Amino acid sequence: MNPNTDYMEIMNSVRSKTFTFFEEIADIFTFIQVIIKETFSRDFEFKEFFYQCFQIGYKTLPLIAITGTIMGLVLTIQSRPVLADFGAVSMLPGMIAVSLIREMGPVITALICAGKIGSGIGAELSSMKVTEQIDAMELSSTNPIRYLVVTRILAATLMLPVLVLYADLLGILGSWAGANIKGDVTFILFFSQAFSHVGFIDFIPAFIKTFLFGAVIGFVGSYKGYHAGKGTASVGEAAHSSVVQASLLIIIVDMIAVQITDMFI
Amino acid sequence: MEEVPINHMKTKPHNRKVVIEIKLLKKSFGDQEVLKEISLDLYDGENLVILGKSGSGKSVLIKCIVGLLNADSGIIRILGQNIPDLQSKELSLIREKIGFLFQSGALYDSMTVRENLEFPLRKKKDIFTKEQVDKKVLEALNHVGLTDELDKMPAQLSGGMRKRVSLARTIVTNPLIMLYDEPTTGLDPVTSEEISMLINDVQKKYKTSSIIITHDIKCALLTADRIIMLKDGEIYKEGAPENFENSSDAYAKSFFK
Repeated sequence: MNPNTDYMEIMNSVRSKTFTFFEEIADIFTFIQVIIKETFSRDFEFKEFFYQCFQIGYKTLPLIAITGTIMGLVLTIQSRPVLADFGAVSMLPGMIAVSLIREMGPVITALICAGKIGSGIGAELSSMKVTEQIDAMELSSTNPIRYLVVTRILAATLMLPVLVLYADLLGILGSWAGANIKGDVTFILFFSQAFSHVGFIDFIPAFIKTFLFGAVIGFVGSYKGYHAGKGTASVGEAAHSSVVQASLLIIIVDMIAVQITDMFI
Repeated sequence: MEEVPINHMKTKPHNRKVVIEIKLLKKSFGDQEVLKEISLDLYDGENLVILGKSGSGKSVLIKCIVGLLNADSGIIRILGQNIPDLQSKELSLIREKIGFLFQSGALYDSMTVRENLEFPLRKKKDIFTKEQVDKKVLEALNHVGLTDELDKMPAQLSGGMRKRVSLARTIVTNPLIMLYDEPTTGLDPVTSEEISMLINDVQKKYKTSSIIITHDIKCALLTADRIIMLKDGEIYKEGAPENFENSSDAYAKSFFK
């Protein structure tokens, strides 16, 4: 083995990876720029946008309902013994409501949606790319960014807060069911106790960040799908990387959002 | 001068106007030079077949023509307008005059046959009423013999039917120029012949000028008024189909044996 050859190979590999990295960053910024331009263009694709809202919002409701309910139920069952040790079982509804609304609801719902919606967008757009449907659309005088990408990103951005609210409500409902396994508390009492601990400062920042989560899911799925390579393998690759990168970005955005919120509390 | 009937027009029809003019077109991907200074003309009413092995640059050429790929240098003039110089709006207008049949058909999976055919007309709502759009869709489907499949999804159709629907979608806008990218790839010989005959029918009925990219010799012979053979990104040979059939050139013979 020639150490000099090894060194050159490593350097070439590093150079190539660095170049690819910066090339991708440039691609992302160009893509964002085009999306912003097309979002505010005159020929907004309303029909496709409402169709995507239906696909992303309505069709995700059952999954979110199950996840939200189980989230509340499990959180209650797990927290109750600890609170009982401190004689603070009465704090259970408030604690569950605050943790669901502030953090658990938005993040868990966003991660579930990254799996369902992000992979769906990534797979759909990449398969359209591989089968030349995007090219066909461009030749039909339809701007594919405006028709396919802008509508999906906006639909994801607007539907995710709705899905999070739905998950939060069902989470609290699940929590009430969990509380009734080893206790007896009325629905109205549980809800009034839960919401007596929730203020605007809990609700508003959490609600705002759900828009960001939706935008992240829509953008990552669209970017990965639209920039897929040739061949069917790239469809799986686009779907897979959409989920992984959207999930990672959701966690990072959440961390930043929590830090910003903390500065105002 | 006596007008040469289109189907017997086996040489360069210099008495007709040029609809597509390509001069010194170059296109590379990285270090790989795919098109090396290609120059060719497509005449009005002509079926020009571009023949070549896989990887010879045929599909890249046709995609450069419609602006789906940007050429590195050269001139691509369609109906007098140089494609690389056009802004997106002007490019859209010129594209409305071109029908492009993709190798894969490129039907929109999430739409029915009807919606696929209506799609190219959606931007012309101010020109066509709903009834006119319906009539155009039915006419185009009737032309390819698939009026019964109107409400089916592409996944419910066979390969040949998908290709026909795709052809119907390209002719629904009454294009002046048709570009066919490997129209018979993946089809059985009988269906391939049917598609080749449909290409001729489209030329007759819609008076189109066409470029047909293929490596299917039967399709080339059935449809071509003139053949250009590409080899390694360069024009290797050009002439009437019978010139290729009787050629003593080893490379040309390898296609026609």
